[in-house]
Amino acid sequence: MNRSRTRFLATPYIIWVIGFTVIPLMFIVSKSLTDENGSLTLANLLAIFDPLHRKALVISVLLAFLSTVICILIAYPLAIILRGSRLTDKNLILFILILPMWMNFILRILALQLLISNNGIINNMLGHFGLPPLAIINTPAAIVLGMVYDYLPYMILPVLNSVLAIPQDVIEAAQDLGSDKKHVITRIIIPLSLGGVGSGITMVFVPSMTEFVIANILGGGKIQLLGNIIEQEFTVTRNWNLGSGLSVTLMAFVLITSLIFGRGTEDTATGITL
Amino acid sequence: MAKELIRFENISKSFDGTEVLKDLTLSIHENEFVTLLGPSGCGKTTTLRILGGFETPDKGRVMFDGGDITNIPPNKRPLNTVFQKYALFTHMNVADNIAFGLKIKGKDKDHIREKIAYSLKLVGLEGFENRYPSSLSGGQQQRIAIARAIVNEPQVLLLDEPLGALDLKLRQGMQYELIRLKEELGITFVYVTHDQEEALTMSDTVVVMNQGLIQQIGTPEDIYNEPQNAFVADFIGESNLIDGIMIHDCLVNIGGLDLPCVDTGFGNNNPVDVVIRPEDVELDADGNGPIKGTVISIVFKGVHWEMHVESSIGITFLVQTTEHFPVGSVVGINVDPYNIQIMHKPSSEDAQVFDQLETIPGEDL
Repeated sequence: MNRSRTRFLATPYIIWVIGFTVIPLMFIVSKSLTDENGSLTLANLLAIFDPLHRKALVISVLLAFLSTVICILIAYPLAIILRGSRLTDKNLILFILILPMWMNFILRILALQLLISNNGIINNMLGHFGLPPLAIINTPAAIVLGMVYDYLPYMILPVLNSVLAIPQDVIEAAQDLGSDKKHVITRIIIPLSLGGVGSGITMVFVPSMTEFVIANILGGGKIQLLGNIIEQEFTVTRNWNLGSGLSVTLMAFVLITSLIFGRGTEDTATGITL
Repeated sequence: MAKELIRFENISKSFDGTEVLKDLTLSIHENEFVTLLGPSGCGKTTTLRILGGFETPDKGRVMFDGGDITNIPPNKRPLNTVFQKYALFTHMNVADNIAFGLKIKGKDKDHIREKIAYSLKLVGLEGFENRYPSSLSGGQQQRIAIARAIVNEPQVLLLDEPLGALDLKLRQGMQYELIRLKEELGITFVYVTHDQEEALTMSDTVVVMNQGLIQQIGTPEDIYNEPQNAFVADFIGESNLIDGIMIHDCLVNIGGLDLPCVDTGFGNNNPVDVVIRPEDVELDADGNGPIKGTVISIVFKGVHWEMHVESSIGITFLVQTTEHFPVGSVVGINVDPYNIQIMHKPSSEDAQVFDQLETIPGEDL
């Protein structure tokens, strides 16, 4: 088909991207490079070295990293068990796993808040059994729990897909050559599914790092992630220049991580790229 | 005959209620090239997978060198497999693929390096150590798969249709290479294929299977020249399969015509299957012969012409000769008594098995 005749089909998307991504991005970048009077400055970009911001960045990276690791630790065994199971309908299991994704994520986080709050359902039940209450709410642990709860399907889907895509005869070949179960997992299944893990990391780490809603609801506003600080600069302090500067810094961080983990995805056709 | 190495004893196996192997009993000897031959679904691959340890039989046991290995997992068996689709580890280079088994056994580095070089030389791919499977052709990948298996010095090499994914020319070349490899290594090969030419070319012993039952065990010559039933005759090479009646020893009636043959022991006036190979049908241009016929089609096949000849006794013969007979020519049809094969008509599937049990043990066990 004539290329110029099909090219116009991309027009809606191009308009969308220019209107809602490119122009706002240019706006943010230009704001980040200027002060409130409009004169050029690097102060907004360097503001990340301010102790308050640096601490927020470290916590953001740390919590996002923890959430990602926990997601991997949950997704891998599940994928390996599902692969080995004789269940004919793996799609049903998959459906159950991604069912929570059908619900708005703020609703899910509010539900989680009800469950784990100090007078919440879990602590009530623990009280019935005479067990001490869990004081999770408003701690970093609550935020990690929320992030894992929200983003786990994004890890499971690519990991499961790449684990299921490994041909059975490759695994049998390894057994045939003397691999026991553990050796098959460490030397065959994990190396051959790294592409899926790469996709999963990108899809869990990046949103976790830029998160602020979960921190607001489950952290009770006590724990400041970089996302929370940026939100406040835009909505409360109204210092759009500083907010933009921090946003650009965070974006650079996210970009670097995506580049590192995204590279593995290109090598292995098994991972899903989203 | 060499010492018995492997024995399948009364193996049965079903998948989802379908019986794939029915009470299979089979012996494989040391240094033998055994081919399991049959159409898809005949149970040959299941037999190999049971030997490799990838399937457990529902009934029966597998003996190896005197010991029962039925429930031993694949990683503990002294045999290695070459898979149909190579099954190379795509995340490792050729050297790491080949070293996989040796590293598990904890061999030292120098030993491993030497063995890699040796096995690559055996399969004709010296210097390929650092290549990745994705950069190799199908034939090269299969050679690496073979090197990866034989480097472990297994007592038995299992090959599951290893040439199935290769093109014709490469397949023929690899057949000779496999024969050479087997001679150099001096180990037992168990080979699975649906390709009768492969089976006849390479094997010491061919096991013809159908519907989970062994139909015949024998040398390639036996299987081709003396098929024991209609299935084997039909599956191995091309044949004219004709209903006949055994009048008495050395005389069979087909289409109302009595023909001398050399088979005995089929009783008197019993219905039998008669097999005549297409290359054994002789045509006479002057029309001399016990049967008269008319050529109804002719096709050039390279080494020979292939014809269909309609005969006066109501049978259309498939004929292969190096002589050309135009369509419509009237010919005489002759068959040497030695080239008429008489076989029992199986009264049922089970009757075929009992035939086997009577003839095989006396021959081999």
